[in-house]
Amino acid sequence: MLKLDDISKIYKVGTFGGKELLAVSNVSFDIKDGEVVSLIGESGSGKSTIGKMILRLISTNSGAIIFDGVDISTLKKRALKEYYRSVQGVFQDPFSSYNPIFKADRILRIIREEFYPDMKGREWNNKIDSSLKAVGLNPKQVLKKFPHQLSGGQLQRFLIARALLLDIQFLVADEIISMLDASTRIDVLNLLADLKPRGLSILFITHDLSLGYYISERAVILYRGCVVEMGVTERIYDNPLHPYTQMLMASVPRLDQKWEKTEAKLKAKQSELPSGCPYYERCPFAGKDETCKRHRPTLTEAGSDHFVACSRYTEE
Amino acid sequence: MSLKVEDLTVYYQTLKGDVQALEGATFTVAGGEIMGLAGESGCGKTTLANSLILLKAPMRFIEGRVTLDDEELPVWNMEEMNDFRFKKISVIPQYAMNAMNPTRKIGRMTADLLKSRQVSFKKTLPELKRRLDLVELSHDVLKMYPIELSGGMKQRTVMVLSALMNPSLLIADEITSALDVSTQKAVVGMLVEFRDRGCCKSVIVITHDISVLYQIADSILIMYAGQLAEKASTDVIIHSPRHPYTKRLISSLPKIGVKHSQKRLTGIPGSPPLLLDPPIGCRFRERCPVAFEKCLDVPPFLEIEKGHFVACWKEFDKNAQA
Amino acid sequence: MKKQKTKNEFLYFALRNNKLRIGLIVVLFFLVLAVVGPMLTDHTPRAYVGPAAQPPSSEYWFGTTTFGQDVFTQFVYGLYPVFLVGIVGGGLGTLIGMLVGFTAGYRGGIVDEFLNVVTNVVLVIPAFALLLIIAAYLTVRGVLVESIFIGFTAWPWAARAIRSQTFSLSSRDFVDLARLSGMKPRKIIFTEIAPNMMSYLVMTFILQFGGAILIAATLDFIGLGPTTGISLGMMMQYAVLWGALPLGMWWWFIPPGAAIAAIVGALYVMNVGLDEVFNPKLREM
Repeated sequence: MLKLDDISKIYKVGTFGGKELLAVSNVSFDIKDGEVVSLIGESGSGKSTIGKMILRLISTNSGAIIFDGVDISTLKKRALKEYYRSVQGVFQDPFSSYNPIFKADRILRIIREEFYPDMKGREWNNKIDSSLKAVGLNPKQVLKKFPHQLSGGQLQRFLIARALLLDIQFLVADEIISMLDASTRIDVLNLLADLKPRGLSILFITHDLSLGYYISERAVILYRGCVVEMGVTERIYDNPLHPYTQMLMASVPRLDQKWEKTEAKLKAKQSELPSGCPYYERCPFAGKDETCKRHRPTLTEAGSDHFVACSRYTEE
Repeated sequence: MSLKVEDLTVYYQTLKGDVQALEGATFTVAGGEIMGLAGESGCGKTTLANSLILLKAPMRFIEGRVTLDDEELPVWNMEEMNDFRFKKISVIPQYAMNAMNPTRKIGRMTADLLKSRQVSFKKTLPELKRRLDLVELSHDVLKMYPIELSGGMKQRTVMVLSALMNPSLLIADEITSALDVSTQKAVVGMLVEFRDRGCCKSVIVITHDISVLYQIADSILIMYAGQLAEKASTDVIIHSPRHPYTKRLISSLPKIGVKHSQKRLTGIPGSPPLLLDPPIGCRFRERCPVAFEKCLDVPPFLEIEKGHFVACWKEFDKNAQA
Repeated sequence: MKKQKTKNEFLYFALRNNKLRIGLIVVLFFLVLAVVGPMLTDHTPRAYVGPAAQPPSSEYWFGTTTFGQDVFTQFVYGLYPVFLVGIVGGGLGTLIGMLVGFTAGYRGGIVDEFLNVVTNVVLVIPAFALLLIIAAYLTVRGVLVESIFIGFTAWPWAARAIRSQTFSLSSRDFVDLARLSGMKPRKIIFTEIAPNMMSYLVMTFILQFGGAILIAATLDFIGLGPTTGISLGMMMQYAVLWGALPLGMWWWFIPPGAAIAAIVGALYVMNVGLDEVFNPKLREM
């Protein structure tokens, strides 16, 4: 359904914009119909930037984003608005997604004004009702209220209901439950999974590995703007091949096993992206030869639907 | 050493009235114990931590008694607490790494801090350097500005400073929330090192991330809406909790190895009550699947097995029958 | 329900805020005086009504000028242009500032760079020299021309302030959500961003209002003001021109000067008070 083809995003930083920050670097992956793909990365990995590029809130510097056969990275005005009928996003902070001086259901009214101006009142109300019920909200409890009168979980569901009003095919969910309480997180997560049978594809952006495992069929691991590993979720988690993924799996606090005593080199303050492998400075396997330092490895298939960007797996 | 808290009750003063943020907290932390303090937003864990060390407006002390190493802490009196702060009880505050003065070098900031406690920077310097080695920070850090350090480095700096005077009790308030997974592991591991090497005697780790506690805490105290729900050793809390809230909380946490398609986890319907006018009795009553009439009385925090405390009438009944 | 509560909350603090109360009372006092004043006097400002250079008395409340004109009449007639210049000049400045500030802050990029250059150029143009040139061409000028001139030269300050606020609001999630809803930029600015800045915009207007009055008074004082009518600044100009200072005719220049200082000062005090009302963190509990 959606395919990212060699996407990059460069920011100019420093005085007079002299230096370049490569936030996203030659990223390619695709998402099929009715599939949930987790985009996993820590801060600075570029995952939110990718989400925003898909939503056209940030422009791409190079590469193409192909949705249903059309490169959407260059769409304008009317075509862009049509794109938004099929693709929507939900963000991390439920409270900042609402304009604090207006009631929460204004976001629904905006959808009506922009996309369904000719729909009659009664038909619109029915549409809202069915959307709200689909996300597990009681219309009487949430309509005509201000955002601060609702809980974080309700607000996030409300945002999903808004997206459903448009009959979207693709949803970008950027850390949507990380600011919710533990007891409501799982409910919103379950909601996303339940929407799959409608044919909805979801890009689930997160830093939390256990959430990725719970909900997604495939996962993409991102480090400093580059894809380091991707493939079927279970295969990546059971057998991580890239040193970064291995470090992630070993460092994440889990409830079913204790940490092993591993030595992991800590990050010093990072500046620019090195020309070679992005993980070179922290990699325990980086060879004494200059291959890892000079050549950036490309994604190669190391197993069935399991890709790694590591020179140990690249066939010469 | 031990920390003994009895019936600690602290409210917040607001325009609309008193928010009953902490109600009758009674528990102990033994010498050498790392206790995790967990709960969702609004449960009162930060209020509890602040009450022990920095109880200032708009917080209002209502009643209670806090004893540290058999000495009573005058938590209600900001000035008298000055003698204890930093030396006997210390805190690594939330967002500490972002609260450092950006125009001061780390070394200068440390010297200022020590001077305000009438401690000589020169005399403490050797020990300070030893501690920096312990957390794998180069001594050059003292000559740098906060902006030159990464998040993990800043957090470790703050940890070293907070524990510099070998406090009996170190409180770590959400020290891992803004860190990467690998830095998180290192920082939390260092906390254990501090305890093991005697830089501090006991630690209270406040977090909403229970999986971190599973890795390093000896015991966990679960709070809900300002009341204590359950305290037990980490293993017991994770694998055999007794309080209905704890049970449902633990079972709602996604784990690696559990897929939605195989096992659908469930959360707790509803949301925590507002503490401006909290429900009487047990505050989990309205969301609890096994609540009954007795729950209209506040359940005391009782020891139902050795080292296992619970505040639940249903569980007391079960114990009585057993 | 909360919107009403918010309004009431604002009113509660607004009415209790001393700075706001005092400032408002002073400004309203002079405004009422400007409206009602002319009815309290039978004379016209420039009429020769009595003996020259008289100190205040029961017949001539503010005394007379060196030509025997009634200072009180001049004073109350002179208040009206002051308010006019404040509203028109200040209002125009705020409007242009909003136009430039919103566009630069929301669009960013090259549009922002360009508008920044324009703002800086207008800021740097010596208004005085420009006014001299205009004065040479327009030998007959009214208060309106003066107001428009002030509006067109004082807007950069408003533009800068509005731009930076718009910048920070544009990066908020709810603006992103509005973009995702296919809203046009103009609609986003006016329905999402501006309402969130209302307090800021009100305060900017008040500052422009006060600033315009000050600039007008200065221009009037040095003779670059309107060529007809009378204003407080012009009173001061005449007073100094016709020797009120060495002659000790304090009643001629002190009332207008004090009035300008009082009005502008009251406006600024109101502004500080408004800031406290709008920003809960500044309130003294």
